[in-house]
This record gives sequence, C-alpha cells and structure tokens, in this order.
Amino acid sequence: MSLIDEIGKRVDGRALDELRPVRLEVGILPNADGSAYIEMGKNKIMAAVYGPRQVHPRHISQSENAILRVRYHMSPFSTDTRKNPAPSRREIEISKVIKEALQPALLLEDYPRTAIDVYLEVLQSDGGSRCACITAASLALADAGINMSDMVVACAAGKADGKLILDLSDQEDKEGQADMPVAWMPNLDQITLLQLDGKLTQQEFAQALNLALSGCSKLYEMQKDALRKRYFGASEATSEAIE
Amino acid sequence: MAGQKKYLLLPNITADKIKNLLKSGKRSDGRGLTDYRKLTVEVGTVPKAEGSALVKLGESYVIAGIKVDLGTPFPDTPDKGVLVVNAEVLPVASFYAEPGPPDEDAIELSRVIDRGVRESEMIDLSKLVLIPGQKVYTVFADVSVLNVDGNLFDAASYAVVSALSQARIPEYAVDGQGNIEATGNRIPLPITTLPISVTTAKIGDSLLVDPTGEEEAIMDARLTLTCDEEGHFCAGQKGGAGTFTKNELLRIAEIAREKSEEIRAQLRAMIQVAKGYT
Repeated sequence: MSLIDEIGKRVDGRALDELRPVRLEVGILPNADGSAYIEMGKNKIMAAVYGPRQVHPRHISQSENAILRVRYHMSPFSTDTRKNPAPSRREIEISKVIKEALQPALLLEDYPRTAIDVYLEVLQSDGGSRCACITAASLALADAGINMSDMVVACAAGKADGKLILDLSDQEDKEGQADMPVAWMPNLDQITLLQLDGKLTQQEFAQALNLALSGCSKLYEMQKDALRKRYFGASEATSEAIE
Repeated sequence: MAGQKKYLLLPNITADKIKNLLKSGKRSDGRGLTDYRKLTVEVGTVPKAEGSALVKLGESYVIAGIKVDLGTPFPDTPDKGVLVVNAEVLPVASFYAEPGPPDEDAIELSRVIDRGVRESEMIDLSKLVLIPGQKVYTVFADVSVLNVDGNLFDAASYAVVSALSQARIPEYAVDGQGNIEATGNRIPLPITTLPISVTTAKIGDSLLVDPTGEEEAIMDARLTLTCDEEGHFCAGQKGGAGTFTKNELLRIAEIAREKSEEIRAQLRAMIQVAKGYT
C-alpha cells in the first residue's frame, strides 16, 4: 500500500510538510503543581509535574541542584492490542531521552536538594508520542512555575515512499523508511533530542532536520497560545494586545 | 523510574586539564579530535556460542555472544526470524557497576545497538524462516561489558556486529510432514551489510569521537550515528543533558560517515564476514 498518492497527499490527507491536528491545554489536573494535555493526531497524552519537592529516598538528592525524574508510560488501553502495564524497555529508554530533552531548559540549580517529577501518561497512542510528550511536559513545567531558560518543543520528520515527511503517524512510522524525532529550544536555537530509526542519506538527514525544526516552530506558536489562554484567558488576538 | 546514576567522579584538576587542552584542539591522551583509540577484535572467543567476539576499544572491553534457538515469529512479522539484543554492564566492569537487572543506561545501550543492526537490515531476517507464522530462527545477541572506559555504544556495537558476522548457526530442515530436524550442518547468518556506529561527544565547543570515560564524565552531550555500507544513516541517538546546534549535528553527520568507513575496514580485516549464504 502506498503512503503518498500521486498528487502528494498522505494517507490522512495531509501535505508532506503538514502537522497533524494539535490541541493543547494547560492546567487540567487540579492536584498537580503543573499539568498539560496534548492531542496530536490520535495521541492523547496527560502530563503532570510534581515539585520541586522533598526527595525520597533522601540520599539520592543533590546538594547543588534539583534532580529531574521523568516517567513515560502507556496506558494498557492505549494501543490496538492491550499493552502490559509494567514498564517496558522501550518506555524506560523513552523516559530517559525525554528527561535529557527537557533538562537543558530547566534551571535545576535554583532548587537544590529537591526533586522535580514529570509524569507522562499516554492515554491513546499514535506515532510520535515521545515528541507530543515533550511538548506537553514543557507546558506542564511552565505551568508549575519551574524556572526555565526556554520552552522545549518536539516533532519528528521522516521518510515514506522515498519522500521526506513531517510529523509521522503510526502507520507512516511503521511502514515508512525512516523516523527522526527532534526536540528543540526555540529561543536558544539548541537541539535537545535527536533519534533516528531507518535509513537516510547524509543529504536527507540535513533536510529532515530542517523539516523537523519547521514543525517545531509551528508547535512553539501553539504552545505560547496555550499558555496565554491559561493565564490570560485570551485568544491570540487579545493576547497580542497584552504584549 | 530510575534512581540517580553513579557518575565517575572526576577531580576538577583533571576536568580542567581536558577542557584546556581541547581549547587548542588536543586531547589528554594525545589523540586528535576525530581519532579512535586502538581497536582490537578477537572472534570465536567463546566456542560454545554460535558466534562470539571480544572487542577492546582503548580500555573499554566488551564481549558479545550469539546463541540461536527455534521460536515462533512475532504475529505482525510471520515471515521473519527474530532478533533479540541485550546488553549488560557486569559488576566486574567498574567501581560503579552493580549486580542486578539492567538500569536505564544498559537498556538504552541495548536498544541503540539493536536499532543499528535492525534498521540497517544487517541480517536478512526473511531468510531465517522455517515454517512461516510458526517456526523461525531466534537470534540472541547478548553483550556484556567487562571493563568500562567510555564509548560503550560503539564498543558494544562492534562486538555484536563482529559476533553476528562470524557466527555459524545450526541448520534445520523441514520435511514433508512439517517436522523440523537439525541437519548437523552449521551455516552462516544471512549478512547483508556491516553497520558501524560512530559516537561523537561534545565538550564545550569541541566535538570529539570515541570519548574516554573521563571525557564522558564531563561531556555536555553525545550523538551516536550508525552507518551502513551505502553510507546511509540507519540509527541515531542523542544522549546527555546538553544540547547541539544544527551546524554541530551536520558536522557530526559528516564525521560519522567518514569514520564509519575507516572502522568498517578495520573490523573487516579482523573478522571474516560470512559469505555465500543463499
């Protein structure tokens, strides 16, 4: 089955460089210090931040900075066939790369001897859930009022039917030739995550990187909008007036 | 959720020395920024394994062994054999290593090696099927780190690739009634390419390949890129709490392409790649 038709449309009708529909909400969980919700294609993901708070066990705390802990978890009902709720090796690896994608933006030295916990629950999964998680986690961290030097946004680029595409769906990820998730700090222009599965030439690697960053820029605008909505209750038009 | 990793504690004076040398493009062990440490590969170290390799990259020692079993294929790939890669850092390997189940670092290590072997299609898994949907070869590549001195991603990846490429697995045949029997022959795995992983670390503004344990202790970030023989990138993984600029990533891609060819030639000279498999 082909993933791109003769007029260059993808299976879900998108253009090659088009994002899936995205919905972002901030501050949706009353108990959490910060929270966010993202829908990106079929992904539905909750992000909650607890902390800075006391570390248990105490001996893992660090005297100079906060420790950041991230758990990426998929609900058993989030996939086509039930997912065992125990953390898989995939989830442990993704938790680690998400932590390392968020950490560069956080001023952890402002909170010595504490822990900041980021919990990411994938309620329904689609391609690119780690990217959606990073975009949501960054919003939840901002909502928690954690000191940050920038936001972090993430988006994948990849290759299907020999063409470079933005923001892969689950089907494009599985049946396509490459998937490259990228996370980016938009104001500092720094890349905080890069993974690659599948084959790209050196030239395609450079093009895919540019494509992923263009997706990240669009997502960053949506992130700002979601924060404005939460804190000023305003749509883009009025929030521009505030600026 | 993982606890806190135990870091190599590097005295400030050593860290400063490394950083100061890097300012003039030098490294504390005298290497250039894009030089690998001495690489040696010994294959067939463990004769009971179907394939094995002991790799030494500087003072990082890694041993990989291949075992093959018959098993059932995954439901979504009924016409493909199964490949399982598992990595462990043994307690013999370092002051900081502890016995117990693999932590997040070891899991990341196995998954990045797996990605390189799988995505490069190094082994043609479609040739490892006896009865589609029912019986296939399951190839286990287990890799153990024996001594840690940085760049485990590359050392472990070379060990797995070397062990796979020289493995001789028991041959099975299916008769008319669907019975499976060992023929007594040993056959090589269907190898199509040698994927080579190249890890580049960033310390300050410097990019350097094959970081030592000391360099890793102070690096900002690293990027591992795996290249196949056609020069495609087939796997990538960024690690560490630092960041890269776009230009740095493009430079690393260039380094990875060049170094992968050099390392592949070295590996090839040290192992005998299975040939003539049909």
